[in-house]
Amino acid sequence: MSVVVPRTLTDALRAMAANPSALLLQGGTDLMVEINFNHRKPVDVIALRKIHELRAVKIDGETISIGAGLPYQEMESGQIAELVPALGQAARTVGSPQIRAAGSLGGNLGTCSPAGDGLPVLSALDAMINLRSANASRNVSIHEFMVGVKRNAKQPGEIIVSATVPIVRGWQGFAKVGVRNAMVISVASCCLVVDRTKGSIAVALGAVGPTVIRCRQAEQWLSTNVDLKQDAMIGAKLAKEFGERVANEARPIDDHRGTAEYRRHAVATLASRLLQRSGAR
Amino acid sequence: MAKVTGQFEFSSDLHAENMLWGATLRSPHPYARIANIDLSAAYKISGVEAIITAEDVPGKKTYGLISSDQPVFASDFVRYMGEPIAAVAADHPETCRRALAAIKIDYEVLQPVTDAELALSPSTKPIHPDGNLIRHQRIIAGDQNLQGEVVVEGVYEVGMQDQAFLGLEAALAMPDPGGTGVEMWVATQWLHEDRKQIAACLGLAESKVRLTLSGVGGAFGAREDISLQVHCALLALRTSRPIKMQYGREESFFGHVHRHPAKIYIRHHASRTGVLQRIEAKMYFDGGAYASTSSAVLINGVTHIQGPYKCSNATVDGYAVRTNNPPCGAMRGFGVVQACYAHESQMDKLAQACNLSPVEIRLINAMQTGDKLITGQVVESVAPVARCIRETDAIAMPAPLALDADPLELVGGTGLTSLPENIVRGVGWGVSIKNLMYSESFDDFAVARCQLSDGVATLKYATVEVGQGFVVLAPQIARTILGVDEVVLDTVDTGIGSAGSTSASRQTWMSGGAVDGACRLVRQRLFEHVGAKFNIDPMRLVVEDTDIVDMIGDFRISVIEASTGVVIDETFEHHHRPTEELDANGQGNCHVAFAFVAHRAVVDVDVELGLVKVIQIATAQDVGRVLNPVAALGQIEGGIAQGLGLAIMEEIVLENGKMRNPSFTDYLLPTALDAPKVVAVMIEEPEPQAPLGAKGIGEPPCISVTPAIAAAIRDATGKELPRVPIRPQDICL
Ligand SMILES: Cc1cc2nc3c(=O)[nH]c(=O)nc-3n(C[C@H](O)[C@H](O)[C@H](O)COP(=O)(O)OP(=O)(O)OC[C@H]3O[C@@H](n4cnc5c(N)ncnc54)[C@H](O)[C@@H]3O)c2cc1C
Repeated sequence: MSVVVPRTLTDALRAMAANPSALLLQGGTDLMVEINFNHRKPVDVIALRKIHELRAVKIDGETISIGAGLPYQEMESGQIAELVPALGQAARTVGSPQIRAAGSLGGNLGTCSPAGDGLPVLSALDAMINLRSANASRNVSIHEFMVGVKRNAKQPGEIIVSATVPIVRGWQGFAKVGVRNAMVISVASCCLVVDRTKGSIAVALGAVGPTVIRCRQAEQWLSTNVDLKQDAMIGAKLAKEFGERVANEARPIDDHRGTAEYRRHAVATLASRLLQRSGAR
Repeated sequence: MAKVTGQFEFSSDLHAENMLWGATLRSPHPYARIANIDLSAAYKISGVEAIITAEDVPGKKTYGLISSDQPVFASDFVRYMGEPIAAVAADHPETCRRALAAIKIDYEVLQPVTDAELALSPSTKPIHPDGNLIRHQRIIAGDQNLQGEVVVEGVYEVGMQDQAFLGLEAALAMPDPGGTGVEMWVATQWLHEDRKQIAACLGLAESKVRLTLSGVGGAFGAREDISLQVHCALLALRTSRPIKMQYGREESFFGHVHRHPAKIYIRHHASRTGVLQRIEAKMYFDGGAYASTSSAVLINGVTHIQGPYKCSNATVDGYAVRTNNPPCGAMRGFGVVQACYAHESQMDKLAQACNLSPVEIRLINAMQTGDKLITGQVVESVAPVARCIRETDAIAMPAPLALDADPLELVGGTGLTSLPENIVRGVGWGVSIKNLMYSESFDDFAVARCQLSDGVATLKYATVEVGQGFVVLAPQIARTILGVDEVVLDTVDTGIGSAGSTSASRQTWMSGGAVDGACRLVRQRLFEHVGAKFNIDPMRLVVEDTDIVDMIGDFRISVIEASTGVVIDETFEHHHRPTEELDANGQGNCHVAFAFVAHRAVVDVDVELGLVKVIQIATAQDVGRVLNPVAALGQIEGGIAQGLGLAIMEEIVLENGKMRNPSFTDYLLPTALDAPKVVAVMIEEPEPQAPLGAKGIGEPPCISVTPAIAAAIRDATGKELPRVPIRPQDICL
């Protein structure tokens, strides 16, 4: 077993090219759990924690690009939380302070669990994921990046460098149901983003399908029924129907964390509440 | 302090030169016949030093706390998922893991029996030579035909809770030269009982097995039974090398016993004015595959089903049952938790039927000293039940939910699921009675030794510290009695008589009593020594701060000076008063003493999402006497968190005998955001029977808090909620 600790992205990419089967380690909050459970055998490891470029935050007025290695604690408050509140809220729900000091979007994307809390936000914001290998760089839409349960479109030799999302004018929020009040894996989650400029809405659900689910039909239905360019109050009846339509697009399962029926009910409730919050004054 | 700073040595930190690692092979099936065990491939792995199975157990092949029905290694059948079949010793944990994977076992998988009632049906085949009934006990008291003007009934269920201590199971075994004996360092609750069982399985005299306590990180009952002790000792004797064994979190879930799931059918009869007249109950405790302490847990369940209330007539049938679920045994509250959830749910139903408040119904029926239990036993303990209720009721309610509250403080916490408009507040009550110490004629005792020399007292005992604070209490007792400043605690090991188990809320009473007794004997000898030297009647001497003074004259000498150059050494054995077995009708003085507590829970519920946050627990607990206020409050707050866990989140989820959530990812314990504000009153009415006037306080806090929270959720939602833990879907679907 070897461990490489590169200081720059270029060095990391070179190490990756030399050994495409090496495991990338960022915060280790997913990887170490898998190793502990013997689900994975580390052979060679490339540790990304010393690479400053992977923690960079770039803002160009219309978009914000978040380094794959930036720990959640940097997103909970401050600039990111102000510009992308839903991401700040999602970041706050992740694990404990220790986990948020280490865990990252790169790891969330790398694992690509349907319960990854960063992912519904990236989905609702149509994030672009930047992937780089020693001799190429490509941008992939989050919707194409997430392929299935714990499967993504990253190729061997590639490193996730950043996720770029638009800075949206309008309300956005994230809510997550778990059986305790902190440090809990999502039983169901929902991110809702209203774009007042475009007059559109985006809803993405976590933990109710093989990957994060975007509810295109419910979005469409709402934007034809409500002028989303206007900052309007949303009535309870409309919100309820919206929630039900969102739930119809969920594909939840029964497991020891919750029943499919409860998960469907939960996303309906969350979507309806978030929609009402979006219009509240 | 050492625990906070990370300096405390837990048993998992044990290490010895030249040691090997041990690991256990466990059954993946809840029920199967073992057709063949093939070790050949595993032996070929380099670094593997020994592999042992049932054949290699030189002494008794089975063990157990009450009946010896559990194999050290399964050889013909595996009866629960996780049952040990073999153990390996190798140079590295990773080698062990590979060796375990290389052991080939042919199973003939059988249909597991996982329902306790079904297990008793005549058409269900016994899954163990001892049969599927571990114990049946009835209680027949008074009028068997009485019908109340008001009758309420229910069927209540309690899920399987785990003790979830943080310090995982670990031990180190050192073989004596020539394999004539073994020395072990182990995290347990009861060194002498462990030794007895280990020695029997090793086929050695007890004197050849020496145990020293290693750092315990919590126990809550889960360390009463043997886990890795015998395996570790066997491997050490086999390899003639030190063996370290240590479970990870997942293995720990399979490696120790849990709280019994229970199903309770119960009917209460009362007068129209709410006076309790008769209880009928049928109680099923699922003991899992092996007996452990099931029969004692059952007795606690049936004898506490009346709760802290007067009642003369009862018809109770209790069954402890064997199934292919994981074995269950001791856990904080020991059978009373299940009973309390049922009787308190019933008291609320009764209150409603009689148009009384939860407080009124409980005050009307509150038990007092001198009352007779349904077992015929008279409650001789101090029994301030009404006072517990009144003082809890007097505690101020929390402020109503603020509309601008910090979102993290609302139901749903960091998940931001709920706004104040989604939240309904509820209030609920729970009151309990809990026996202290061991019951049913068990000769329960604790031994302590005190040595005084040059102003330093040295205490020796085998009392296990599991976090309850005996290491603070024992020196406190010695200082108070002897007037010394310096108290040294000797190693806790089997080099002295037994202290009994650190369980059943008993160590302050039992080992506290033993330390107290030993210190008093030493003081007496010191007075005699001083009296002889200075020609004063020892009867006139007393300890005042750190001096010995003459009550009548003006003689005064410091304890340090008085004890310089002498060695006074005394041992004391404290027994509690004897108890009796229950007869066939459940009659007999089976318990030693009782403690009482009341809980009032205030909860916020997001009714639509089924999410709960416990806002405040108000409690008044009958403690006898507070010896150490900080430690007492620690027990109360910790117990409440554990009871809260059972009420709303902690459950080992089983599916056909298989555990679905053996990890802290999915077995949820309350976090800081889930822990409620606790407002506690300690009711001090010294218990005459107790050597220090202090009752055990460890278990009561976790018992009635669970039904209190359930009742509060019922109050907020109007749902019956007959099962704990209450899951979101139980509330909102
Ligand atoms: C106690 C605990 C609580 C948790 N709670 C939550 C929670 O509430 N919500 C939640 O969503 N998650 C939770 N997690 C999971 C985990 O914290 C998150 O998924 C986190 O985002 C992982 O980030 P990381 O940097 O630690 O990833 P790592 O463990 O370092 O990596 C995870 C995977 O991603 C790959 N990877 C990492 N970085 C890159 C990169 N730059 N390019 C390509 N591949 C990469 C790794 O090779 C690995 O396969 C929890 C974990 C623990 C242990």
